[in-house]
This record gives sequence, C-alpha cells and structure tokens, in this order.
Amino acid sequence: MDKMPLLKIENLRIEVEKDKAWTEILHGVSLELERGEMLGVIGESGAGKSTIGMAALGYVRPGGRFSGGTVHVNGVEMTSASVATLEKMRGMKVAYVAQSAASYFNPAHTIGQQFAEVLLLKSSMRRADIDRKAATLYRELGLPDPDRIGHRYPHQLSGGQLQRAMIAMAMATDPDLLIFDEPTTALDVTTQLDVLACIKRALARTNTAGLYITHDLALVAQIVDRIMVMRHGNVVEMAPTREILAAPKMAYTQQLLHGFDSGDIEVSGPDMAERALLTIDGLSASYGGGVKVLDDITLHVRRRETVAIVGESGSGKSTLARSICGLLPPTLSTMVFDLQELLPSVEMRDKDTLRRIQLVHQLPDLSLNRAHTVGKIIGRPLQFFHGLKGKARAARVSELLASLELPAAYANRYPDQLSGGEKQRVAIARALAASPDLLICDEVTSALDQLVAAEVLRTIKKLKQEFGLGIIFITHDVATVREIADTVVVMRHGRIVNKGPVHEVLDAPTEPYTKSLVDATPELDADWIKRVRPDISVPGAHLQPAADG
Amino acid sequence: MLAVISAAIFFAVDLLPGDVARAVLGNAASSEALEAFRIKMGLDQPSVVRFGLWVWGVLHGDLGTSITTHEPVTKAISFRLENTLALAGMASLISVPIALFLGIGAALRQGTAFDRIASLVTLGAISMPEFFVAYVLVALFALQWPLFPPISTFSPDSTFLDHVRILVLPSVTLAFAVVAHMMRMIRAAIIDVLDQPYMAMAELKGVPLRVRILRHALPNAIAPIINVIVVNLAYLIVGVVVVEVIFVYPGLGQLLIDSVTQRDLPVVQAGGLIFAGLYLFLNTVADVVAIAFNPRLRFPR
Repeated sequence: MDKMPLLKIENLRIEVEKDKAWTEILHGVSLELERGEMLGVIGESGAGKSTIGMAALGYVRPGGRFSGGTVHVNGVEMTSASVATLEKMRGMKVAYVAQSAASYFNPAHTIGQQFAEVLLLKSSMRRADIDRKAATLYRELGLPDPDRIGHRYPHQLSGGQLQRAMIAMAMATDPDLLIFDEPTTALDVTTQLDVLACIKRALARTNTAGLYITHDLALVAQIVDRIMVMRHGNVVEMAPTREILAAPKMAYTQQLLHGFDSGDIEVSGPDMAERALLTIDGLSASYGGGVKVLDDITLHVRRRETVAIVGESGSGKSTLARSICGLLPPTLSTMVFDLQELLPSVEMRDKDTLRRIQLVHQLPDLSLNRAHTVGKIIGRPLQFFHGLKGKARAARVSELLASLELPAAYANRYPDQLSGGEKQRVAIARALAASPDLLICDEVTSALDQLVAAEVLRTIKKLKQEFGLGIIFITHDVATVREIADTVVVMRHGRIVNKGPVHEVLDAPTEPYTKSLVDATPELDADWIKRVRPDISVPGAHLQPAADG
Repeated sequence: MLAVISAAIFFAVDLLPGDVARAVLGNAASSEALEAFRIKMGLDQPSVVRFGLWVWGVLHGDLGTSITTHEPVTKAISFRLENTLALAGMASLISVPIALFLGIGAALRQGTAFDRIASLVTLGAISMPEFFVAYVLVALFALQWPLFPPISTFSPDSTFLDHVRILVLPSVTLAFAVVAHMMRMIRAAIIDVLDQPYMAMAELKGVPLRVRILRHALPNAIAPIINVIVVNLAYLIVGVVVVEVIFVYPGLGQLLIDSVTQRDLPVVQAGGLIFAGLYLFLNTVADVVAIAFNPRLRFPR
C-alpha cells in the first residue's frame, strides 16, 4: 500500500448511452498522483476533463458507465466499489469542487448546513466546532463576514462567493484528494488570485493532493506541478509544468499555448482623422432613479474602430451597452450618432436607427430562441429591416452564415444542435443581418473555450474590416482587449478611470486600477504568480519542507 | 378578490333565465299572486340594490332566506357543506398517500417496471368516467359482495362508523379520478429535483440515498407537490356533483343543482360564494407552505 500513489487511474474507459448504443467518451486514460502533488488537467469543453475528475470519486454521470480500467484512491478501487465504500470515501477521503457553484448548492439549506453535512454524518465533530472550522476557512478564502456567512442561503451570495464557499465545503473534512473542476471561472481576476493562493496554502499545509481541471492554461500553470492536456477523451500530453510551457511536444498543446496569436488577418486601424460614428458626452444613468450606475461617461467610436470597455463585474460595462441601445435611457447625456442626435429610449428611435445599432449578448443560449431554426433566427431581421422574403432571404442567410464561417446547411438546424462557439456566431450573424453601422458585443467570448473564443475574435476582426463597422467590445479580460481592440476604456464603479489607444494604456499602465487589472491577468509563465504575488509559494513547494509546518 | 368574485356570482346568477316567482308558484298562479310574491321576496328592487343588501347580509353572516323552503340559507347549506367536506376529506385521505407513494416511488425507479405499471394503471383510472367507476364499484362491493351500501343516504341517528362506511364507495370513486393526476405531477416534480446538480453534489459528498431524498430532494419538491394536492382537493370539493348524484349523497353539489332548477337564487349565490372562498383559501394555504419551504421567498436578498 505504501508503494501505491494516492490516486492511480489505469487505462480508464467510460461510455455513455446515446441513441440506445454505448459510445466511448474516455479512451483509456492513465495517471498517477502523489500526496501533496497538484496535477492540472486542461483541454476544451467536451474533452473529458470533468469526467476524469468525477471518476476519481467513483462517479459517472447518469447515462454513463465505467467500461474498463481502474481507479484507486488510497488503495481502494473506486469503479467497482460498493455503495457503502463509496459513501465512506466520498466527502471524507476525496472531495469535489464543482464548476457552477450556484447550481451545486442546495437552495433549501444554508451554506453552513451544507458545510457541516458530511462531518455531522461521518465524524464525531460537534456542530459548534464545525462552524468554527468553517469560519476559519471562509476567512482564509476571503469571504466577507466569515463568522455569519454560514447562516445565509445560497441565493444570498454572489457567484464568486459561492465558488469560494464550495471550496471551503470540500476542504471541511481535510480530504487526501481534492478535485477542482474549474473552481475560479466565476471570479474576477483579482479574486482568482486570492483563491488560488488560498488553495495552494491549504494543500501545502495538509499535504493534500489536487486535480485541477480548467481550460485556462495560463491560470493552471501558476499552481500545478504537472499538466495533462486532454482532447476528445484522450491524453494528448503529460509533463511537468515548466517543460510543457517551454517545449510543448504535441501540435494541439502548441495550439493551446499560442491560441491567442491570430495575426493572420490584415487589419487596418480606424482613420483617427475621420469624424466619430458615435459620440457620447457626459452620460449618466441609474436604475429606477436610485443609485447612479453610470457617471459622466464620455467616449467616441469611429468606423473600423474597436473600442474595448474593460472592468470587473459590476463596473457598469453592460449597463453602458444597454444605455447606448436605448434599453436603459440615460438620465443625462448627449449622444450623437452619425451627425444626428441619438434619442435616449428605444421607443423614441426610428426603425432605421434601431437597425444601425445592434447588440450581441453574452449568452447565446438565452438570446437565441430554441424553437426557431437558425435560418428563421437570422431571417427575421432581414425581413423586418430589409423586407427580404422567400428566396432572396434564404440567399442572404447563406451569405451571412458564410461570413461567419458556418456552413449554409446550418440554416435548417436548431440552436441546440450547435456548439457554444457556433451559437455565438449565429447571434453575431443575426446582428449583422440588420446591416448595422455599430455593433455592441457584450462579453461575447467569455463563456467560450480559449480556442473557440480566439476563432470568434478572429471572425469579429474580419467582419469589422469587411463591413466597416464600429465596434464596442465589452469584456473583463485584458488579454482579449489586447487581441481585438484599437482603443480601450477602463471602467470602475460606473466611471471611466482610464482610456486611450490599447498599447498606451495597457503596455505601461500608470493609472493604479488599470495596473492592477493588467497585473492580475495570468501570463503563460510559471513564475508569473511569484512575481505579482510573492506570498504564494511556487509550484513544487511541497517537495521542500513547508516553512509553516 | 373575494369581493370581485361575489359580485360576479351575484350578477351571473341574476342573469339566469326564467321567472323565479313563476317557477315557485307554478303556471296556474295569477299575476297578482306573482306580483305579491316578488314584493315579499324583494325581487321588485333593481339588482344593484339587491346586491348591496345581499353583501350587507353576507358580511353579517346572513346568507339570506331560501325562496323555496323559506329556511335560512345558512342552515340549509351548513349541513350540506359538512357532508361535502367529509366526502372530500375521506377521498383525499385515500388518494394523497397513494399518490405520494406512487409518485415518489416511480420517480426513484424511473424507467423500471414499477414506474411504467404505476403510470399505466393510474392513466387507465383517470380515463374511465366517474359514473362508470362508481357503478362498477357498486356492482362489485355493494351487490356482488355487499360490504358497503349502494347509496349513501344516512339518517340523523347513524353513528360515525356508519358515516364512514357509506363514504367508502364514493370516496374511492373520487380517488380514482384524482390519484393519476397527482401521482404524475409528484413524479415530475421529484424527477425535476433529482436532475438538479445539487443532487449529484450530495452524492459526490457521500451522502446516503435516504438522506439525499429526505433532506436534499423533498424540501425543493414540496412546493409543486403541495400545489397539485391543493388543486385536487379543490376539485374534490367543487367537482363532486356527479358522484353525489350517483350515490344520492346529500352534499353541497347536489343542493346547488336542485337550487338552480328551482331558481332558488339565494342558495345558488351562497353556494357559489362558499366554493370560491374554499378555493381561494386552499390556494393561499399552498402559497404559504411553498413560502415556508423556499428560503428565496423567506429571505429576499
């Protein structure tokens, strides 16, 4: 037993039932993990990352089954273990941190009750002691009001707070192995750092092993010792972090590493001498006449210019988009669109103005009607704004699909039959169908995998050139800004704190908040976190005796 | 809410075709007699005035006087209401536990033989008209094996047990009608909750099945379950006319039918008001229970 690593997965195969037949989704994956070691699992969604993570708990999602291989945790075989054994292992020896914490917390019970549940069921700890332990973990993870937050219900916490509460819940029992399934995706970059730091500290202190699943290579490079790259249910490559970053062997890994370089399109910047397409001067807005959510916003957008608006969640970025579209009429502002005054509310604007300003939402799942085919979704604005019908409309739909690099046959598909990236392209095609002059993209790539996002960004760049669009691109990701924008506007608490050409603002940031945003963006460099946060121990720190015992 | 409904009931009943006086006194009555009757009953007043008087009375617990029997409506109705509530209560005592057992069982054993058979049998039950079920039950358990009386009339001196005995057949008939709907909705509610990620989380935390169902699933399914039970209770109270007629059971539904034929407006109005009131009351109970089990509603952000 001493020779056995803490986690040993051998030639693991998993099948799911699809149309009454079993399809293999994991094709013989093997890995080993020692105590105190941290392994990063990276790949696109659908690569089988989460499936591996759950398999470590002897769990397969409903509709799936283990079809071969073994999973040993602490010497216990999990794939064929009895229910009683699994109940003993899960939660106590190996714990799981789920990705979308909001739906993985039971809405009917408080955070504290859910934290305490496993300990109350399986240990002799008393509730008061458990609550004290919880408060300690909450404090370490930077949750507000750690002594009382346990009394709150999940819906009373923000997404980022829930994710941290879930990490605390998994750590409640001091398990030997922790599975982190994208635990920081809902967090702002600055909070992400704190949580990573806390995870590292906790793992080092208790000599816990971790499996860290993510699609963000730059992030995972900061905290893991080794990286395993997965694709289509296979391991593409597994090597120590530094080795993978320095010399990726496989083509796919290289692609992941360099996915951000998409300089294959010639893009000319805007002609700065040209008059602005949209001018906003001193815009303020508030919800229901209450607190000001936007204060004194002034900005210009030219044709063929991409203005990125960047800031943390809650900085007023999306509200600004709503104001420009007239969905939230500003309380005070002068907006001029192509030499004409832009009326504040959508009801007051004429049809042509509505056509010329189009918005693409963050989540295509919400903005596309699932009951309509892609052809109908894109065809609707064609008919409404341009009066196209029948064959002419179908032809234009095909053209638009082609511009977005989607096959014409997709016109007959429903949104549910498309991938996330394809759906976002359809949403963009719908916006373009109106032939707009100004396109507002609200976090259109945030929900997408790195490679897919890069593709969508490339398409948007191409479209800007092709259609001569002015683009307002809202994002919280500094790397995306560098990739796509000509001009950047940094927002915080509803105000503009910094703006100017991308290179001026981001390359040598002088404004303190902009600097903190730029610094908090992980770079593909294992030592980056050490530079910006010296308090976080470097990968491999567990190999040296921990200083704080 | 109830005020709007009471107005709707009053004026709708008022619009019923036919002459009350003629219906009561018969075709042979002279026009003087008819006129005298109308004045005595206040029927000569405009309907708005009568509505005002009626509401005033209702607010003071006086539902008016029956036109045909000249008894206070309250007295005529209270006896019938008791009977109807007893029948509905007995029917729900039979149907709710069965529906809960079948619904939860089918949800947990989704796709198994138990699930399919439960669905099939209850669907079959709901597809049979109530009168058919009633007559089959009578044929079997009253005539073939005379365990229960075929008609459900009772005398003032019958004991509580007698009362229960005569209620068995009608309430089983009613249970047939509602169990299927309740069971299917309960099954759907539980399955919906079982599919939630937090149920997978509980399993990944190593929480035993029994605790997962009781602590994690049920509190989240309780609102839709209570709702469907209440809707069916309401149906049991207001929708039992056919069954009452078949078993000659002196319930409120039958009283209403009789009163409509006899143009006994005060009784019809009072009956309608009571049904509406019960319906509102039951729905309020459902809402209160739902709120009690939903922290989102108890503790807004």
